[in-house]
Amino acid sequence: MTVQRAPRFNDGTVLIVPAVLLLALVFVGPLIWFFVRSLAALGTPAEIAAHAWAVITSKAVLTALSTTNWISLLVTLLVLLASYPVAYYLATHRGWRFTLVLFCVVVPYFTSIIVRTYSWMVLLGRNGLVNQALLKTGLVDQPLTLLYTKTGVLIGMVYVLLPYMVLTLYAAMKSIDPSLVRAARGLGAGGFYAFTRVYLPLSMHGVISGSLIVFILSIGFFITPALMGGPADVMIAMLIERSVEITFDWGGAAVMSLLLLAATLVLYGIYYRLTDVRRMMGA
Amino acid sequence: MTAAGPARALSIYIGAACLVLMTPIVIVLILAVGDQTYMRFPPESLSLRWFATFFGDPRWQRALASSVLIAAVACVIATVLGFFAAYAFVRSDMRAKKLLLSFMLMPIIIPHVITAIAMYFVAGPLKLVGNVFWIGLCHATVALPIVLLILLSSLQGVDVNLERAALSLGSSRIGVFTRVVLPLAFPGILSAALFAFLASFDELIISLFLAGVRSETLPVRIWNSLHLQVEPVIAAVSAFLIAVTGLVLVLDALVRHARTIRSPGPAAAQ
Repeated sequence: MTVQRAPRFNDGTVLIVPAVLLLALVFVGPLIWFFVRSLAALGTPAEIAAHAWAVITSKAVLTALSTTNWISLLVTLLVLLASYPVAYYLATHRGWRFTLVLFCVVVPYFTSIIVRTYSWMVLLGRNGLVNQALLKTGLVDQPLTLLYTKTGVLIGMVYVLLPYMVLTLYAAMKSIDPSLVRAARGLGAGGFYAFTRVYLPLSMHGVISGSLIVFILSIGFFITPALMGGPADVMIAMLIERSVEITFDWGGAAVMSLLLLAATLVLYGIYYRLTDVRRMMGA
Repeated sequence: MTAAGPARALSIYIGAACLVLMTPIVIVLILAVGDQTYMRFPPESLSLRWFATFFGDPRWQRALASSVLIAAVACVIATVLGFFAAYAFVRSDMRAKKLLLSFMLMPIIIPHVITAIAMYFVAGPLKLVGNVFWIGLCHATVALPIVLLILLSSLQGVDVNLERAALSLGSSRIGVFTRVVLPLAFPGILSAALFAFLASFDELIISLFLAGVRSETLPVRIWNSLHLQVEPVIAAVSAFLIAVTGLVLVLDALVRHARTIRSPGPAAAQ
């Protein structure tokens, strides 16, 4: 470390101001304004608290919270299981194989969520490709009801969120030295033992940050469950949208939004402590 | 055998996974060139009639124009502000850098439904619902994190000593910026702009609240159609959105390719 840093040369700090202003005026400002105004409209602080309590303990919200939680946990677990081998493959292969698999992950990743959801609606419909294939192979003799069920939501969400996990895991696995596993093998460890005792622990921070990101995105998910779920699969983000668009209940929307926002920020805080945010989403 | 077993299982799984990942994309592309009038697969005959409907219908043309206009506004704002911010992050010694960055990435973390409702809430009294510039500005907040993530990693490859050299050889600060930093960072800026455009072009939830009837974008019209009654033209519109994604990915690959050819140094050092 030489002390020849020219004074104030590195000082480009002021350049951050325009971006901060944009976020303050168009992002944070509206959020605060929305919360303050819609809660204030409910009356005195005591009335606000009473209303908030009534909203949070209402049957619709409790059911939606539990649905959101379960679907998000299940989606995160399924995405993790499905992604780990793909990321492992990417980390251990080069050349055309690597390029091809990466292509298959990246193209859906950058395709509009509404397009991906639409496609799954076509695939999972009563006469959709999935049912046609199941009937033809004789696995079922009646078409399955997949669309507008929890299964449909799970399939759609796993598909949409999988690339986030693959790219996060891959970023973590890329830095694992393959000679460590070889060393374990050379010292007599079996393939399974070497994997579970050497590779898996080394990839653990990728598993944790990937799971956090997918869970965070899941609890706020809207498009896919709104289009692919049935009447019983209402997630909290859908309830928030409905209370604004259908019942014009801004106060209720604000309470539910605060709840969802708080959960998101707590999880994001954990993510912040555990990982390098610059590597978010495998960047 | 012990080594070949798991390796083969992995290969089979990867093959299946790639198939499942690509199937929904391919299905849409095939449906788009089908002749059918309802969601049915495979189509019985091929035709480009839905593309003709898409590009011929004035309502779809308006949606396309809104989408492009909004994405252009969002792309310019997010790229310019994001570039300045990324430069500040890479070059300045400011404290709480990580905290500030994690704040600036929040628009992609906080559920879009909440953000969209808040933006809609303030847009109402200000008569901004349906205003393409306001929607573009709102989209810019969501595109900004993407620009930042891309440019942070690409600006790391720009050697600060080149800037010091230019400065000590008599260049002004502005001169350093326009003649050294900008040309070196240009490929990264181009990539960032492409993905910022795409982020806005594909965005649904914010547009859904803010578009009103005046400025419906393509994703909003697809959403409406999927909610009410699925029009067959949706397949062609979706295929068009996929084509835009494909174009962005191809252009980005070309930019990266050009960058590695022109300057192997920083790329190899990364």
